[in-house]
Amino acid sequence: MGVAKELIVSKIKDGTVIDHIPAGKAFEVLRVLGIKGSEGLRIAIVINADSTRFGRKDIVKIEGRFLSKEETAIIALIAPTATINIIRNYEVVEKRKVSPPKIISGLIKCPNATCITRHEGILTTFELLSGELRAKCIYCGMEIPYDEFIDIILKQLGK
Amino acid sequence: MFSPVTTLLPQLYEKSFNILVVLDYGVLMNDLLAQFRHRDVISMLDFNRDELEFLFRLTDRMLDSINEYRDLLKGKVLAIAFFEPSTRTRLSFESAMLKLGGSVIGFSSEESTSVAKGERFSDTIRMLDSYADALVIRHRYEGSAKLAAEIAEHPVINAGDGRNEHPTQAMLDLYTLYRLKGGIERLSIGIIGDLKYARVVNSLLYGLTIFKPRKLYLISHPLLKLRDEVRRFISSKGLQFEEVFDVNEVISELDVLYVTRIQKERFPDPLEYEKVKGSYRVTADLVRRGKEDLLILHPLPRVDELDTSLDGTRHAGYFKQASFGVPLRSALLALILGGLTSGCS
Repeated sequence: MGVAKELIVSKIKDGTVIDHIPAGKAFEVLRVLGIKGSEGLRIAIVINADSTRFGRKDIVKIEGRFLSKEETAIIALIAPTATINIIRNYEVVEKRKVSPPKIISGLIKCPNATCITRHEGILTTFELLSGELRAKCIYCGMEIPYDEFIDIILKQLGK
Repeated sequence: MFSPVTTLLPQLYEKSFNILVVLDYGVLMNDLLAQFRHRDVISMLDFNRDELEFLFRLTDRMLDSINEYRDLLKGKVLAIAFFEPSTRTRLSFESAMLKLGGSVIGFSSEESTSVAKGERFSDTIRMLDSYADALVIRHRYEGSAKLAAEIAEHPVINAGDGRNEHPTQAMLDLYTLYRLKGGIERLSIGIIGDLKYARVVNSLLYGLTIFKPRKLYLISHPLLKLRDEVRRFISSKGLQFEEVFDVNEVISELDVLYVTRIQKERFPDPLEYEKVKGSYRVTADLVRRGKEDLLILHPLPRVDELDTSLDGTRHAGYFKQASFGVPLRSALLALILGGLTSGCS
């Protein structure tokens, strides 16, 4: 039996569709949103769907859930190509293209134990060096690769 | 009587700042003076070539005739807040300020302050900011000077923040190369020692991305290699360098050997320190195999990495280097705290 050409996922009434996620990153997006599956939300996850632009892509549809600014910023780091569609009554009422932030401020503590911010009890600011896929603490200068940085964010946010 | 609104700077330019002679230096000098005034000194990366050369020329001037500026900063107060021990940097800042007629307040250890009672760093900075016209800060944590500069209204000078930077040391290192070697671009420079934790190395390398030497060797034990972020940064700025583990391989090529101490106090693990302790030593025997005019520099203090038998030789530039700390810091304070004008509008 051949592989079906189309995968039908029903429309959602109210909620969020995150489209054009780089293939294989859908579960990381769910982690950002703190979704483990036991919340009772109706969720559709499509992995490795065909994409004319990217070849393959992932899609996440979530019924009854909208994204905060903070969540959108972190999704932009993981999935810089993503588009976020807000759905109300089956219609797309807003379409947002994410753009990776240049700075992430006041979200997490610096992982460097000898960064002054750690000892002053303040959250630090990271500058995102997009060309090098690294994040840099603007105080101590510590640089962290993006994937590690995202992991630190998610851990510190308890996700 | 000497006027603080000095017109000596145009003479200074005509005398030694050749690069700018072809330009309308009066206007440019006003720009440079404005760029320095009330400025924080947090990282070497904040400075460009024109600004550093301008600082060096004023340092020449301070070195030759600091007496002419003896009332320049009269009535100004410099707060020196050293949360970490220091001899040269602290005393040279004090001397630099006093020679310009200013006053100094401050402390040189946490034990003698309310920090020992648990006072927050930011509260200490706020207090000093209200007492002084500028702050010089040394602290064991990276980013302390930057945070202080955000809190303080007055200019903050970084005199060393953890393993991060020590920009005024790098300024005086570069000045020493200008003064004793006549420039930097033609030099083959080796930097040996603790390239991982020595903040002076980071600041010096950032400075060398501006004044690119002909050849640069980074010489260290494998465990003391330059940190990745610094290596990546200097590479991105087009600074060519070679990393070597044995100074013997390159000693004959060097014009300058910059020696650093192993920063024992910054090792998170004492066992790591034990592995590298005594792993290099600059001796008379090594220097004999170098060029006739090999110049040895060291930011000091030294422990055992630089043999005292070299002190009396023509190669020893480190005491001269330390002596430039006062005129260079005088020049910097004069520029930051004002009082100098070009006499041009």
